[in-house]
Amino acid sequence: MTLLRPDPTFYPSPRMAMEAPAEKLAYLALLNPKLAGKPDAIAVVDVDPASKTYSQVVGRVDMPNAGDELHHFGWNACSSCLSPYAPHAHMERRYLIVPGIRSSRIHIIDTKPDPRHPKIVKVIEPETVAKRAHYSRVHTVHCGPDGIYINALGSPAGDGPGGIFLMDPESFEVLGQWELDRGPQYLAYDFWWHLGCDTMVTSEWGTPQMVENGLNPEILLKGGYGHSIHFWDLRRRRHQQALDLGSENQIALELRPAHDPSRAYGFLGVVTSLKDLSASIWLWHRGEGKNGDWSIRKVIEIPAEPADPDQLPPMLKGFKAVPPLVTDIDLSVDDRFLYVSCWGTGEFIQYDVSDPFHPRKTSSVHLGGIVRRAAHPKKPKQPLNGGPQMVELSRDGKRIYFTNSLYASWDEQFYPDGIRSWMVKLDAKPEGGMEFDENFFLEFDGMRSHQVRLEGGDASSDSYCYPS
Amino acid sequence: MNETMSWPWAALFALGAYHGINPGMGWLFAVALGMQEKSSRAVWRALGPISVGHALSIGVVVMMAGLIEAVLPLSALKMLTAGTLFALGLYRLFRHRHPRWGGMQVGFGDLTIWSFLMASAHGAGLMVLPILFRMPGNGVEVATSGMNHHQHLMSTMGGTSTDLTAVLVHTLGYLVFTGLVAWIVYRKLGLGLLRKAWLNLDLIWAVVLMITGFFVVLV
Repeated sequence: MTLLRPDPTFYPSPRMAMEAPAEKLAYLALLNPKLAGKPDAIAVVDVDPASKTYSQVVGRVDMPNAGDELHHFGWNACSSCLSPYAPHAHMERRYLIVPGIRSSRIHIIDTKPDPRHPKIVKVIEPETVAKRAHYSRVHTVHCGPDGIYINALGSPAGDGPGGIFLMDPESFEVLGQWELDRGPQYLAYDFWWHLGCDTMVTSEWGTPQMVENGLNPEILLKGGYGHSIHFWDLRRRRHQQALDLGSENQIALELRPAHDPSRAYGFLGVVTSLKDLSASIWLWHRGEGKNGDWSIRKVIEIPAEPADPDQLPPMLKGFKAVPPLVTDIDLSVDDRFLYVSCWGTGEFIQYDVSDPFHPRKTSSVHLGGIVRRAAHPKKPKQPLNGGPQMVELSRDGKRIYFTNSLYASWDEQFYPDGIRSWMVKLDAKPEGGMEFDENFFLEFDGMRSHQVRLEGGDASSDSYCYPS
Repeated sequence: MNETMSWPWAALFALGAYHGINPGMGWLFAVALGMQEKSSRAVWRALGPISVGHALSIGVVVMMAGLIEAVLPLSALKMLTAGTLFALGLYRLFRHRHPRWGGMQVGFGDLTIWSFLMASAHGAGLMVLPILFRMPGNGVEVATSGMNHHQHLMSTMGGTSTDLTAVLVHTLGYLVFTGLVAWIVYRKLGLGLLRKAWLNLDLIWAVVLMITGFFVVLV
């Protein structure tokens, strides 16, 4: 696992990472929604336009157990290995750390020697995660300067608090809880950091009991899902500051801090507002001075669209509107474009965020959607369900991939006809604008696709230690 | 100073230089702080505490060797040094963990402690000992001639100034090269070179530690 020269996929700065070669393979989490004893899988997708098998699944590794619900996953090592204070530049980006969000089982998958045929080399059982870290329902994975950071939604009993635990990057042993002082933090969803500020940021969804059986309207209408983000001292592992968006803003999910470590701001996606079912993007930023407090403000609001109740699932009929449901966002490596998935309306939006305080909508496409059911140009007569969801972006910012399933029990509530899963690719123009790649339209028979990770890294896999 | 007397000093300086060019031992941190603050002064400011931490790490090992040597014969100290060198080299061949200390918001104290920990974890001071063993006139060397306890202690103390000079010469080599590389990278080359030129010095170092361990026993 140790190399003589740095792994060629590690880049000191975001600008250098944008010169990385185009990915040829993508790894994709596939969920089996109809259990019947069949496991989930990681699929390998050919994304090399010059290849004969372009836009096809060319490899697949099944999990050893059924019912994991593969969701998010990450690499064992990334550009953060070039850290000036904890350098281990000769690690190899090689293993995918693949948790099951329902089972809490963690799979270590080796993508070498044959990246098209990865193999499971280690399985960490949920009991081990519970015993070592007292956490359960494993979610986000990030490789950090001093090891692998993973978070989880809650405790083994299904309530809170959720939080972060550490994994040894060489032995893949679960080391224990990360937090030394969690302050008021109880709910968990996503986490990332500002390495230049020694600051960790975490967001809030709900405890396992609040989310596993579907979105609970009672909790939602009381404003009981997550609506705060938390700032932590990354070195001392202590809670520093909580920022409350107000309880009408429900479910504060994806965190996308600026990639440039000298930029102290980032974007948060909020799924819905109880006032008008709109979705929103918030910008957090640091005040004056090195140790200034963090503050947050809403910079994008996406309104709900009026709809005929007959076209709405039971949960939404009374509202006579489709909520946009912003469930994933992604920031280009140069911090210039923010991509926003509206899983409800089926819209996928590109914003120019060169001025992060004043985002400018530069492009938008539609695919699927609760009411719209927009088709793909390759099969223009075939209505699609699900909507733009997990989005991933190439390091050079030129290629965008997204899939359409969210989370099995929530899929059924918003798309009761059963999500038929697909994966698509768009090409982005350097100065803004995007369009579908008509040759890239994958459909999955029975399985549901979730997170995409690109070979060599992507726009949400790596943390950079040096400014551009 | 004649030729036979000067090689250990040159070796100490060269060892310092080797530590100096290792990106994991300080210059890269200094450059990163300069880039973060967009100021070359931040680069120079970091060199002081980083060198102090390095010198302290070497100094502590040399001092401990002096204390051990006050109660044990030199042959035992040599065996102990050889064993530690070999074991550390072997460990570092297979494990690449670093002390967990550091961040980008660091002051003088933080940088000193960081550098002390990094140098200690690398066994930087341990490598100085074999050179001191070979240094004529050093307390360690004089102590071989089997004297009574009083003289033994005296002789060790007599070597303290040599030990101190050794630590300073080593640190000078370290500082010169850390500063030089930091300046060239910050001002001229940029960090793109990390991707190509960052040889796994730690791996080479691990092997060197083990070989040195053997030599201490043999010579």
